[in-house]
Amino acid sequence: MKIPLSWLKEFVEIPSSLDELIATMDDLGLVVEGVEKVGEGLEDVVVARVDEIHSIEGADRIRRVVVDAGEGHLEIVCGATNFAMGDLVPLAPVGAVLPGGFAIARRTMRGVVSNGMLCSGRELGLSDDHGGLLILPPQARPGESLLHTLGLVPDVVLDISIEGNRPDAWSLLGVARDIATRLGRPLTYPALASPDGAGATREFAHAAIDAPDLCGRFTVSLVRGVTVGPSPAHLARRLTLAGMRPISNVVDASNLVMLELGQPTHAYDADLVAKRTLGVRVARSGEQITTLDGVVRPLAQPGRGLGDAGDDLVIVDGDDVIHGLAGIMGAAIGEIRDSTSEILLEAAYFDPMTIARASKRHGLRSEASHRFERGVDPELALVAAARFVELLRESSPDIEWVPSPLDVRGDVPERARVRLSDHDIERALGVALERSEVVRLLEGLNFSVRDEGDLEVVAPSARLDVRVGVEGRADVIEEIARLYSYARLPRRTPSWPQPGGWTMSQRLRRRARDVVVALGGHEVWTPTMVAESHAALTHPHARRVRVANPLAGEESILRPSLIPGLLNVAARNLERGLGGALYVEFGVVFTHPEDADEPRRARGGAGGAHEVDLPTETERLTMLLARPDDDAVRAVTIARTLLARLGWDDVVVESLDDVTPGWHPTRHARLLDGVTGAELGRVGEVDPDLVRRTSTDVSRIGLVDLDFARVAERGNSHASHARVDVPSRFPAAVMDLSFVTPNSVSADHLRRALRDATPLVESVELFDVYRGESLDKGHRSLAYALRLASKDRTLSEADLEDARRDLLTAAGELGADLRSFP
Amino acid sequence: MSDVSLDNLDQHTADLLNAVAALSSLEELVTRESSLVGKRSVLSSLQKSLGGLTPDERRDAGARLQESRRRVTEALEARRVDLEAQERRATLDADRLDLGDVVGPTVSSPLEPGHPGIIAVTQLALEEVFVGMGFRVEDGPEVESDWYNFEALNMPPAHPARGMWDTFYLEMGEPETVVLRTHTSPTQIHLMERAVRDDALPIHAVMPGRCFRRDTPDARHLAAFHQIEGIVVDRDITFADLAGTIDAFTRAYFGPDIDSRLRPGYFPFTEPSAEFEITCTICRGEGCRTCSQTGWIELGGCGMIDPAVFAAVGIDSTTWSGFAFGFGIDRCAQMRHEIADMRALIDNDLRFVRQFS
Repeated sequence: MKIPLSWLKEFVEIPSSLDELIATMDDLGLVVEGVEKVGEGLEDVVVARVDEIHSIEGADRIRRVVVDAGEGHLEIVCGATNFAMGDLVPLAPVGAVLPGGFAIARRTMRGVVSNGMLCSGRELGLSDDHGGLLILPPQARPGESLLHTLGLVPDVVLDISIEGNRPDAWSLLGVARDIATRLGRPLTYPALASPDGAGATREFAHAAIDAPDLCGRFTVSLVRGVTVGPSPAHLARRLTLAGMRPISNVVDASNLVMLELGQPTHAYDADLVAKRTLGVRVARSGEQITTLDGVVRPLAQPGRGLGDAGDDLVIVDGDDVIHGLAGIMGAAIGEIRDSTSEILLEAAYFDPMTIARASKRHGLRSEASHRFERGVDPELALVAAARFVELLRESSPDIEWVPSPLDVRGDVPERARVRLSDHDIERALGVALERSEVVRLLEGLNFSVRDEGDLEVVAPSARLDVRVGVEGRADVIEEIARLYSYARLPRRTPSWPQPGGWTMSQRLRRRARDVVVALGGHEVWTPTMVAESHAALTHPHARRVRVANPLAGEESILRPSLIPGLLNVAARNLERGLGGALYVEFGVVFTHPEDADEPRRARGGAGGAHEVDLPTETERLTMLLARPDDDAVRAVTIARTLLARLGWDDVVVESLDDVTPGWHPTRHARLLDGVTGAELGRVGEVDPDLVRRTSTDVSRIGLVDLDFARVAERGNSHASHARVDVPSRFPAAVMDLSFVTPNSVSADHLRRALRDATPLVESVELFDVYRGESLDKGHRSLAYALRLASKDRTLSEADLEDARRDLLTAAGELGADLRSFP
Repeated sequence: MSDVSLDNLDQHTADLLNAVAALSSLEELVTRESSLVGKRSVLSSLQKSLGGLTPDERRDAGARLQESRRRVTEALEARRVDLEAQERRATLDADRLDLGDVVGPTVSSPLEPGHPGIIAVTQLALEEVFVGMGFRVEDGPEVESDWYNFEALNMPPAHPARGMWDTFYLEMGEPETVVLRTHTSPTQIHLMERAVRDDALPIHAVMPGRCFRRDTPDARHLAAFHQIEGIVVDRDITFADLAGTIDAFTRAYFGPDIDSRLRPGYFPFTEPSAEFEITCTICRGEGCRTCSQTGWIELGGCGMIDPAVFAAVGIDSTTWSGFAFGFGIDRCAQMRHEIADMRALIDNDLRFVRQFS
């Protein structure tokens, strides 16, 4: 909201230092977001009289103008043509700096020296008019300061943001009330008119509420003898400074009242309102309205919002013709005309939720709807009418406000009553405040306070945000703290006996990150919302988790995999000539509840009364190896190293010969826990076709895709068991064994079989794989290095012989035969 | 081959179809394509001979010719798909590698070290400060029901405060019941519910995570961003504890000469609520462009947990009290590293990524 200080000063005496004022307002929660200094830069601009106008040879767009600005003739080159000899215009002399920082210098154009600049309204920051020079009124005197001529006082306009729980602060008076209370200064209320003239309003006009639950108060005033015309200059200027456009004295008065008091009002030409009757009712299905902005809007259509039944409140006349969308915008009928002489002024209280929903549903926000949806003071309606009449009287002195304005009441929320003890305040704020200070602060905000041992506090009608019970207590304490100043409240660093820390899976994530980085990983962050084509790369058949209102089609699906995002990153960096890298992302992927084994469910819907199905979220740790020599072999090495470091020292890599979209069909394996057989993730390469489409700079891209929650389980089980194997103190025997096995026998399975064949085995490691013509088709040779040792003796030849036999038996059971070298 | 004449069209067609079937590689197909269906094909020669016919004959012959061309072209395309699949199979077979046979030590790991992500690094540094202050770190889901994201946080349906967040909704269940969380605050609700269920109050936790707002990305905002939220529910917790915690964190994370201050704000889930500001880290409070000459920059929001939130999760607010705070991890990173345009964070350019360790 824009606050011109010259206007604010009418309500309260503000600090003379602007910085101090801003600091005070910030500390009150009236945050100053912008400071505009109006009239700055016009100090040097003077009135000049045009005495001569000459053309310049060879120039058809500029002319030589001779002016008198009180100190004799000056020659100025000017491009405008909207003036004649004798006109009075603004002159920015050489040396002046105009608003926006434009410095005026002596210039020569077409051989003519220009000693300054004649200015348009826009160049002076006074209006949007750039069609020609600003022509000044004839009574202006050459040489006089322009500010003096226009009666302009340099002003400061603060742009402040008002928090959602401050319906009362959407007005100059509300802002002034905060400042007055904080500074202990009096608050000056604006002058109000009283009804006058003969008769009572009900003899001439009628008002009705048809929806008392949605409209708590509906007042209609009849104002007669109106002369429609422009507003007085000082009022028009106030509106302009506050960011609104002056339209006519009637409309302007309505807007001024809204800015001053926070009560929106609407003025109708009484002759255009059938039977001089205004009513408020809920719109019926099939009705529509053409609002002032020219848009035809169907009414009573249920909205997308949760529980939005589509209630539209409308203002209707005696013939049930719709005159406006209540609290939001009028219709294009019944508007004030030049010929209007009698007006009906509506000032009402509408249910905030109804206005908020309608405003959202129609995508229509106005100054009025802003205020109504936050909650306008229900007791303000006739005060606003009185202020309206007072303001309109300045330009239309003969008006008459017919006595006993119509005042229909519906349901208005009750003013909250809150019981508050000194202890409550201390318990919330950590400090005891003087009771007299508490009372002073609350009364300054129009709370009524009775001291009955505890304080009995009743919120003012303007504070519909204040609740009852313990919640209301918190609301009132916030007001006390705010007015007292948060900055003056004490600080204490709390402590408690419970230690801080990370969960095991968070520790594992951290360790995983360190390991991956040490292995060359570059951590990136790819979008959660992706395109259909993106999702289809790895999950062509999965149900999509779709965003209902995406910003763009490319961001409409919650990713089922991190792989496409990482491919994008790799492609982009290659395209930029930055080369390949090992990319890693820790991120959540989503599964549609209908595809999930056990869908996630949670409370949802209005009141949390229902159970809603939610997508399953799985954290993946995905690595994409896109450096020149990267391939599935590297991916396996990296995966094994990482998993070993995270406590998975018995991983089985089991080749897969299936088609998993996105993966290389013949270079693709599952990573299994050797003990339980649980799948920890996958390893392999990106499908060669997809690699080709990604970039021509790499021929293979390695992949590791881990289910991080699964991987992190190891940390949880490891935390409880900590047995360490004390190595044997006796010498170990080393034995290399080569086996010929069918390709279908996994090297890890054979390794595990050897390890478990005899308790003497200390370690088994695959060190060579041989495929060649000397072996049967479909077979390869796997060579393992074994260390054998005993905890209690040096192994004898016989021990080794037995061990060797056990090893060969175990291998034989898997179909592996000791390789014989011919 | 028969004479090139329309009378032998059936024969020509059959010949062409046989030729297509006999193609044995993609390379051959590409080479022969123009002689089978292209400009150099017998069909094209026949097309030219149509000129010598009467209009009726021409219509009839033209239609037959077109039908032949369609059949040959279809066959060729089908053959192309077959051959492509065959070649892919051959390539894949030649590529076959039993990944279980990978012999560890023969592959040396590359020596170029990697780089952690800037968000991860920033998040960890923040977590370390809070863990040192006695907070546990907790995670929460990115998709929430409206109840967790809004209503349990004292924002019933159509509450104007819901408009403070531009929300992404999912096409799931009733409209606007499933959302991408707009803040980390729903995790507070999960924690409080869990603590009530397990009879495990008090709570002292921070909750980092990714959040989403339907905001067109610009230099200062991304549609996805990271927040860290803190919550304390304990006995005798007051606003003074909140202010003290914010201050202790500020000094520990940003440095001893960085001050903090609270000013009134509004959040439906806290009352009293505050925005918290810290001494501008660029000018150290002198006043500069970043802080609009004020010497202060806004970091986040905080406040005492609203009794309505306690009621929603079943915590007795006459026994327990608490505070919550939250701020942007990305924003901390932006301030700490002076990143002018946040979009660099999601661009993942290697030149950017390589600057963090």
